[in-house]
Amino acid sequence: MQVLPCPFCGPRSEGEFHFAAETGKTRPDTTRDVSAEKWAAYLFDQTNEKGVTREIWIHLPCAEVFVMSRDSVTMDVLGTETLRKLPT
Amino acid sequence: MSGTRLSSGGLIDRARRIDFNFDGRSMHGFGGDTLASALLANGTGIVGRSFKYHRPRGVWGGWFDEPNAIFSVRTPKGSLPNVLGTTTALAPGMDIRSVNAWPNAGFDVKGGLDLFSPWLKAGFYYKTFMKPDWHLFEPMIRRMAGLGTLEPDMVEGYTADQVHAQCDLLVVGGGAAGLAAAEAAARQGKTVWLVEDHDTLGGGLYRMGDRIEGLQPTDWVAARKAAIEDAGGRILTHTTAFGVFDHRLYGLARQSAVDVAPTLYRLRAKECLLASGAIDRPVTFGNNDLPGIMSLEAGLEYLGRYGVRVGNAIAIAANHAQAASAAARLSEAGAKVSLFDPAKGDLAASGRRGVKALRQGKRAEAVDCVLASAGWTPVLHLWRHAGGKLRWDEALATFLPAEAPAGMRAIGAANGTFDLDQALAEARAFAMGEPYSQATTRFTLTPTLPKPGAKGRQWIDFQHDVTLKDIELAERENYVSVEHLKRYTTLSMASDQGKTSNIPGLAAMAALTGKTIPEVGTTTFRPPFVPVPLALYHGHHGGQNFRPLKRLALENVHRSSGAALGEYGGWLRPAWYGDRPGPEAAQSEARMVRDAGGILDASPLGKIEVMGPDAEAFVNFVYYNTMKTLKPGFLRYGFLLTERGVIFDDGVVFRMGPNRFVISSSSSHAEGVTGMLESWRQDGNDPDRIFVHDTTNHWSTVTVTGPKARDVTRSLGLDVDLSADAFPHMTFRETVWRDVALRIARVSFTGEVSFEISVPASSAKALWTALADAGRPLGVRPMGIEALSILRAEKGFIIIGKDTDGETMPHDLGFTLPRTKKPTTFVGDRGLHTDAANDPDRRQLVGLSAIGDTPLPTGAHLIDGTDRRSFGIVTSSYMSPNVNRPIALGLVERGTQRMGETVTLFHLGQTYQATLTSPVAFDREGARIHA
Ligand SMILES: [Zn+2]
Repeated sequence: MQVLPCPFCGPRSEGEFHFAAETGKTRPDTTRDVSAEKWAAYLFDQTNEKGVTREIWIHLPCAEVFVMSRDSVTMDVLGTETLRKLPT
Repeated sequence: MSGTRLSSGGLIDRARRIDFNFDGRSMHGFGGDTLASALLANGTGIVGRSFKYHRPRGVWGGWFDEPNAIFSVRTPKGSLPNVLGTTTALAPGMDIRSVNAWPNAGFDVKGGLDLFSPWLKAGFYYKTFMKPDWHLFEPMIRRMAGLGTLEPDMVEGYTADQVHAQCDLLVVGGGAAGLAAAEAAARQGKTVWLVEDHDTLGGGLYRMGDRIEGLQPTDWVAARKAAIEDAGGRILTHTTAFGVFDHRLYGLARQSAVDVAPTLYRLRAKECLLASGAIDRPVTFGNNDLPGIMSLEAGLEYLGRYGVRVGNAIAIAANHAQAASAAARLSEAGAKVSLFDPAKGDLAASGRRGVKALRQGKRAEAVDCVLASAGWTPVLHLWRHAGGKLRWDEALATFLPAEAPAGMRAIGAANGTFDLDQALAEARAFAMGEPYSQATTRFTLTPTLPKPGAKGRQWIDFQHDVTLKDIELAERENYVSVEHLKRYTTLSMASDQGKTSNIPGLAAMAALTGKTIPEVGTTTFRPPFVPVPLALYHGHHGGQNFRPLKRLALENVHRSSGAALGEYGGWLRPAWYGDRPGPEAAQSEARMVRDAGGILDASPLGKIEVMGPDAEAFVNFVYYNTMKTLKPGFLRYGFLLTERGVIFDDGVVFRMGPNRFVISSSSSHAEGVTGMLESWRQDGNDPDRIFVHDTTNHWSTVTVTGPKARDVTRSLGLDVDLSADAFPHMTFRETVWRDVALRIARVSFTGEVSFEISVPASSAKALWTALADAGRPLGVRPMGIEALSILRAEKGFIIIGKDTDGETMPHDLGFTLPRTKKPTTFVGDRGLHTDAANDPDRRQLVGLSAIGDTPLPTGAHLIDGTDRRSFGIVTSSYMSPNVNRPIALGLVERGTQRMGETVTLFHLGQTYQATLTSPVAFDREGARIHA
């Protein structure tokens, strides 16, 4: 059972989180033609990095969606980034 | 073998006599005994039979490393299979039975199996029983092999308490090193937990009984315990650290008695000192499995802890410095002791039901006990769970800790520091974070490892009956990788998980393949370190608490109205009302709704608020259907899709105002839909311009449906014109009723005029009561979900996840327009135009009219008699009381083009005939819904 940090709530138990996706994907612009290959890559291709990975996670109790960097070998959490805009 | 209880010595309480039975014989032990020590004290030699050859087996070890002494135990609370005799405390009235032996351990009718051992070698299951089919042989083999049997009165169903805790330092092991470390750290002000799996602290100190730092062992241990607790440390005895998990989580199992639920501690420890000690390695020699052959450490433990001398004439077969002092200790206890050095020549034991003699070359000694040790193996399971590395030490002929896992260090014997003074110094230094360099050990040994090619049988794994010859066979057949070796021979796969057999097995394979032991490698160590009951892991999260039901605000009202409650999509809801069989009640309620009307608790329907300046574009984007043209005061039915284009949920969207919507998800999907909305909101949109808030539980919803629904609703006296012209289908109004907000919508899941009325949950009872009172004289009564299911199926209305599956897209249900015409992007848009989405053979929603009077089985497959595959399935099927025939919905390949065809269905060996029809079986014109 890992301890994962929610940028909003702080450290919480792994069971409170859902993995959403790897980072780095952008939704293809579907107002234009999107090839089957490109769409399939958007839906299904995963890099499944060994080592440092950046992933999108959701903290279920507060519904915060955020980016977490972690090491998929050691399970070390390297940091989180909020998706919110910082106040200007 | 003839164990004897001495008149003095040990930690047992001779004033507390404990009576018990073993295989039908009455015996007695004392307070502080384990099952094994009590049996040894009663002179019992054979405690069980081996797994494969049914060879007689005696106690080998003194604690968790025991492979043989496994029993079925009956206590006043019930029976327990597979109880480890060396670690289980004896309790009054225990009935102990040997396992894998019938009728008892001393006389085993299957003992004759041993004569056939040439045919029972490694891999024999795989080779012998494959033809014609393993499954023919499996029941017989399972009966003969296996361990304890499950009795009907088994102790089970207990609930393990689970405690979450954290500390600065966890010390695993309450021996000398662990106690010294815990004391030093606690005095420094750290929060310290010390766990020890025995009831008594002190670890190996009682074996030799020597003074430590000038004190008797018991006095030294008492002083350390007091010092630790005075400094605020916490000591848990009878507690095993059974696993290390991610992020320094330690699993601790605390046992009070064998038939009482243990307590699980989930301990988060910043640092851990592993003081888990070391165990004896067996010496591999001929007939080394005979009863009476034990580990040297065990022989000393039984003497030091339990006051039991394990034999009268004892041979010590050990290759290290402790042999001589152990001989002196046992002689002092009255045994005749002879010393053998296994490094000086091959040993062989003889005897049938117990060891009678030990030979080495020409020398032979008549003995009733052999205490063997080929050196000490540090207990490093937790070290490996945590990711620590091991290194092979040639001098000590064992694996020692190498590169440490984060937050863990090993001390004392677990670190290969076998000298007591050095272990204490190391423990105190590590506890205080001071440097310590290991001094030269006085513990010397002559490495003694299994020698392949020997005559006779030499056991490597006692519990699973793996001999040296089996490992030789595995090597000949090229099962040389440790993982293959393990699975082919079952080496180290017994319940002791190779605690004694691992190193001898690896060493044998190394010798056979000409490799070094580190080159052969070790198998993976996984939690739990010792067997723990599964109840420990689930704790109270079982049964209904595994996934707690969601409860309605009106539950008590439904109960007092005679509702039969059932689980629907995670909610406990009325299935039907009244004291009658469910199918009959559902038929009657479904007829009542079409004749007069019904009142339904629809509170689980999702009510998810979506607000903000970007709400309109957002809702339009997440929905398949165009939502931006929806006007305030109106509702629209629509689908949420995944990006693959598959239907995720359906429901209606309320437009409350220019920047505010309420999404009414289907009843079991409010959380899932909220999560999907939040993902798109925060990842892909500006979360400061859209707000999503699930208010499902804030509101209760009561639906009045049927021809008299308007009359019943009128009784509320709302300032809303309920007439069909003023308040048409798919519109809603907001008003106030009895000083609370009320939302009333015309939307229908029955095909009848319906008013869906929502009030704050605190006013639910008032609303329900008012409607029920008004309905009663009109014949409009409460209805349950079973009737609703029939009514919606009569109208061809689907339930997501029942009438759709993980492939269903909106155009399969006839909702085709947005797919080709919606001008803006939406979730799943491209997914609706893949080759699979365009496949003309897709399964489409149809109705099925059964030929005959019997409803089709839900789940029946369409077959065509040629191609042996399914062409579709029945997803919903009911007897309809309103069209007076069986009705069904299904997903069928090219279904919409095949209307009127008669098809064959198959279910559990029976075939059925049906005609493909429109999904709508009742009121095809849809006039009633608008009335
Ligand atoms: Zn949070």
